[in-house]
Amino acid sequence: MDITVRDVEHVALLARLELSDREKELFAGQLGAILRYIEKLNELDTDGVEPTSHVLPISNVMRDDEPRPSWPLDKVLENAPDKEDGQFKVPAVLE
Amino acid sequence: MSLLRMRLPELRDRLARGELRVADLVDASLRRIRETEEKIGAFLLVDEEGARREAERLDSLPADAPRGPLFGLPAGIKDNMVTEGLVTTCASRFLANYRPIYDATAVRKLKDAQAVTVGKLNMDEFAMGSSTENSAFKLTRNPWDTERVPGGSSGGSAAAVAAGQVLFALGSDTGGSIRQPAAYCGVVGLKPTYGRVSRYGLVAFASSLDQIGPITRNVEDAAYVLQAIAGHDPLDSTSAAVDVPDYPSALTGDVKGLRIAVPREYMGEGIDPRVKARVLEALKKFESLGATVEEVSMPHTDYAVATYYILASSEASSNLARFDGVRYGVRAEGVENLAELYLRSRSEGFGPEVKRRIMLGTYALSSGYYDAYYKKAQKVRTLIKRDFDRVFETFDVIAGPTAPTPAFRIGEKIGDPLTMYLNDICTIPVSLAGAPAISVPCGLADGLPVGLQIIGKPFDEATVLRAAHAYEQATEHHRLQPAL
Repeated sequence: MDITVRDVEHVALLARLELSDREKELFAGQLGAILRYIEKLNELDTDGVEPTSHVLPISNVMRDDEPRPSWPLDKVLENAPDKEDGQFKVPAVLE
Repeated sequence: MSLLRMRLPELRDRLARGELRVADLVDASLRRIRETEEKIGAFLLVDEEGARREAERLDSLPADAPRGPLFGLPAGIKDNMVTEGLVTTCASRFLANYRPIYDATAVRKLKDAQAVTVGKLNMDEFAMGSSTENSAFKLTRNPWDTERVPGGSSGGSAAAVAAGQVLFALGSDTGGSIRQPAAYCGVVGLKPTYGRVSRYGLVAFASSLDQIGPITRNVEDAAYVLQAIAGHDPLDSTSAAVDVPDYPSALTGDVKGLRIAVPREYMGEGIDPRVKARVLEALKKFESLGATVEEVSMPHTDYAVATYYILASSEASSNLARFDGVRYGVRAEGVENLAELYLRSRSEGFGPEVKRRIMLGTYALSSGYYDAYYKKAQKVRTLIKRDFDRVFETFDVIAGPTAPTPAFRIGEKIGDPLTMYLNDICTIPVSLAGAPAISVPCGLADGLPVGLQIIGKPFDEATVLRAAHAYEQATEHHRLQPAL
């Protein structure tokens, strides 16, 4: 699988990463090499094999819907880069 | 120094009986850190004040107050486990200023057992790496040869234990990140069964694989630390509601009749002949102790690394989406709008390996590639797990090398991600199967430690520990120390 700089740009946008031209070139080469290695999985016939997403036989873990104490607001906001009136503050979403 | 080389239970009992002050032991640990840290660089943060305060508190407990199972023992914590009030960075610039408001469950359990946290240990950024060279902040060096890497991603944890800076450390293991650095640094590293130890407060890398475990100087110590941190936690819905046995009492020294499988795929091409020689000697030792050793085949071993890098990177790309510069962490300056805030904060905050894995995972999960990569890898994971299930029908444990070579040189593999990934070829299959495994020292290769990996059935850490302990007691390898 060859990965072009355009592929890298598309994936970077999906991942919300901004890459320099040097990084784009580097990643195109490296991701291509990694994906070529990964293609060895196609040697295996996996028709009818169930996928494993998780090794433990746990599905939904339920509990009673009872209110419990949660963190006080000032604690939750302690690490916020910016805050106002008990809320996380971010720049404008729309221009 | 001699204090810091004693067995955990022996030290704990001396402290609990008041024959030794916690403050003196903590002092010895802090002194050793001061003496060796310039050479080793294991710590991202040494909490001298907090450790001394806790030592004083423990020393002043009333004589009749109960003493915890790890009473007064100085420990280091890998910096991807959150510690209340102590900066937790994951060795990432993104979290350079992050001061958690709570403790990870494993950390809280250590505190409940009355261990003393002396600091936070270096690692590959977000636990992505095999050499600790991906830390955004510093290089950690192997105490056996400071021109070599300590392994990774729990390189700080393994180096600190090997250098005698702390009595034990917590690490985390996603594809080998406890076992491989333990092997490189000549110490013991145990990755418990997936779900055995709560992941609450462990910064997520790959949620279906991540597991916390102890790094110690001997197997008995590992049993004591595992005892303290294991068990179901309502705060982690993937932690298993499986009874925790008494691990120290499993260390009987007896392996007569133990059935050991050795997969020929673990001993083949790519394994350094010196490593292979040490492992074969270890297997002979097991036979002399009454165990049986038999070669088996685990035919999907060769596909594990490819499977892992799809699955772990996919999970990482999803998990690391939370780092957006809004609620915590470092926010990029001078941004105009929210979209730019995400883009710039992430691009400035993450290092190259983290970006590479987010890119790989995003690609594997993206429209048009999901079935070809992610779904395919999940199916191969099933085949790999079946290899283990089948062998465990007739064997008690599986043994082989922990890593294909001894510690490599700093800078040797950093330019070639794929070569670096292949370094985890012996540990990754086990992670995909969710099984427990330990690395124990099995001798030296040209002065560098070699690790023997012993793998057990899911939730059968007791047999893994028993086998490792019996081997350790019959050999002297764990007594070897680096000349620092």
